Amino acid sequence: MKILSNKKTVGSLAVIALLCLLPLAVNSGFALTVMIQCGVAIIFALAFNMLLGQGGMLSFGHAIYFGLAGYVTAHVMNGMSNGDVPYIPISLIPLVGGFAGLFFGILIGFVSTRRAGTPFAMISLGFAELVTALTLIIVFFFNGEEGVQTDRWVREELFGITYGPDIEVYYLVAFWCVVSVAIMYAITRTPFGRICNAVRDNPERVQFIGYSTHRVRWLAFSLSSFFSGLAGALHAVNVEHVGFETVGLAQSAVILIMVYIGGTGAFLGPILGAILVTLLTSYLSDITPAWYLYLGAIFVSMVMFAPGGLAGLIAMHAPIRQLGSRCQLSMIPSYSLAFCTSLITLAGGVGIIEMLYFHSTTAVRDATMTLYGINLSVSSFWPWLACFALLCLGYYGCTKTYPRMVVTYNENINLVRERMFQ
Amino acid sequence: MEVFVFSLFNGILYGMLLFLLASGLTLIFSMMGVLNFAHASFFMLGAYFAYQISDGIGFWPGLIFAPLLVGIFGAIIERYGLRPVHRFGHVAELLFTFGLAFVIEEIVQMIWGKVPVPYDVPASLNVTAFVWQGLDYSAYRLFMLLISIAIFVALFFGLTRTRIGLIIRAALTHPNMVSSLGHDVPKIFMWTFGVGCALAGVAGVIGGNVLGTEPGMAIQLGPIVFVVIVVGGLGSLGGALIASLLIGVLNNLAISYDLSLYPIFSAFGIERDVDGILSDLVNLTTGGIAPLVPYLLLVLMLIFRPRGLFGMRDV
Repeated sequence: MKILSNKKTVGSLAVIALLCLLPLAVNSGFALTVMIQCGVAIIFALAFNMLLGQGGMLSFGHAIYFGLAGYVTAHVMNGMSNGDVPYIPISLIPLVGGFAGLFFGILIGFVSTRRAGTPFAMISLGFAELVTALTLIIVFFFNGEEGVQTDRWVREELFGITYGPDIEVYYLVAFWCVVSVAIMYAITRTPFGRICNAVRDNPERVQFIGYSTHRVRWLAFSLSSFFSGLAGALHAVNVEHVGFETVGLAQSAVILIMVYIGGTGAFLGPILGAILVTLLTSYLSDITPAWYLYLGAIFVSMVMFAPGGLAGLIAMHAPIRQLGSRCQLSMIPSYSLAFCTSLITLAGGVGIIEMLYFHSTTAVRDATMTLYGINLSVSSFWPWLACFALLCLGYYGCTKTYPRMVVTYNENINLVRERMFQ
Repeated sequence: MEVFVFSLFNGILYGMLLFLLASGLTLIFSMMGVLNFAHASFFMLGAYFAYQISDGIGFWPGLIFAPLLVGIFGAIIERYGLRPVHRFGHVAELLFTFGLAFVIEEIVQMIWGKVPVPYDVPASLNVTAFVWQGLDYSAYRLFMLLISIAIFVALFFGLTRTRIGLIIRAALTHPNMVSSLGHDVPKIFMWTFGVGCALAGVAGVIGGNVLGTEPGMAIQLGPIVFVVIVVGGLGSLGGALIASLLIGVLNNLAISYDLSLYPIFSAFGIERDVDGILSDLVNLTTGGIAPLVPYLLLVLMLIFRPRGLFGMRDV
């Protein structure tokens, strides 16, 4: 059986080549850091989606495998430099994290995967709170609020790699990212991957054909924990510090939001979400203090209006490619109108949020802020009215343009269907 | 003895606050199948609204209007946020309320800042109610207890003795049948959601000035309320009451006595001067493990008895 079509092989090779060349194109240290974070986030997001997308299990505590593996990795690296632990090359240390994640995944997964749906989500939350509470109790392993400090420069490895400079860490992360993505993709194509999907969609029927849903979920959970642990180890190598926040609810929330925004239905969705959210977090969190509010708002609107995530939206429009360019061009006006009205609504909403933040954080009276390149005073009435007017106008526009966009989409999709049946 | 009585009293008080949150949550959960992740966020909103109102007008109008506002806000969220998501299934609903909790916390930070706001106990109640064995007990705590007991009684009679209560109880177990009999089940859902949120709002108003009104209060209390409804059993108000009191009292006793667990370890021949992980365990006290207990209870309950203490069906 051929796993990859020629087209996909070429695509993957192109991506690998791009990953190798990318650091040559950027020359700022910050961009390199962001790319390393992206790589870690991609592995973690795909691991999370093995549960949420492929297995139908919503976990609120998946960061515990990420974080615990990070702690184990940090301890192993410290032990290696003390000589307490036999030497393992840093290039292979992600595997240590992976097996640590696997260990905790097998342990906790056994009890938590008996049920799916809401009970599973609640148990995962319970374990998340349990581990968070333990970080402050078991000082020996977690070292309290301080966390565990480590050093990735243990000794020189093959080809003189020391993992001192960030660029070497980048290639380490890129290598493990490609390997894990390939393995996780391969898993989705195996009979096990398929039975996972079946357990998600109809557990009763799976039991009738002789599978234990508990075992399938448990295996999926353990595998997912392995890759989460691998990501956690890479995080520890990259940051050289593991703190209690890596196992916490906030970390679990961020990964859930990433995966959902990217899209749980497609394999590439979480990758898209991980890259997008990491990029936005790195660059927007400097510009606006309200970044987490926007992230939450994007997430909520995704849940309400686009449950398939970005990948779902792209997949919806994939059949349109079969149409001629005339039909495709005919879609542009209604789509761009909807885009413009959304932009107006967004401008109004963002303006209000930014002014509110500015208002609540500055103590100085009559201070001026810059919004959209305009200097304005928050204490005056006009900017608020203007933003509110933009918001209302945009919202009213959206109620007109969105139905039109849906109509255009349906017309074109029907055209595609007609052609298919001809 | 006096330590025991006072921590029992405080435990009951904390338990009653938990019950105000859990009663609404358990009704919503068993009726709609939605685990409202944002329930504690409505508790937080109640506290902040009460702070804002008491800052302007006074504590007493706040006691009335803040829960009302929270209830209306909750009903609007159910009608325009949760109901459209309902067709995507329970996981989507759970995700929606999760995102909502995230957004509400950020909005609260945006409006009122990241530091606690000075929401104080009203001066008229900030007096000593009684002195017992040299320890004085504040009138406000007594007032909190009275309010929460009054609400429990009202809720209990409302659900068991009125026609609306009958319909709600029927909708808990047989929503399709109730709908077939001509009742507007979505509307019942909306009002139950609103009233549940208003109850959480009441808890916020009376608890916010004792527990502290800050943006982290929702995420601290929220998971404990989940524990309460799971331990008590789905849709069971009595179970929610007993579980709330149990967790409240256990928590307070564990913290106020703060017993060392060393005797247990020394019985196994483990001494204080050991290294590694055992040294952490030997030095544990009950106060130290108090935050763990509810979640341990939750995990054990979901594994061994998913229907809870008094539930009629599994979670």
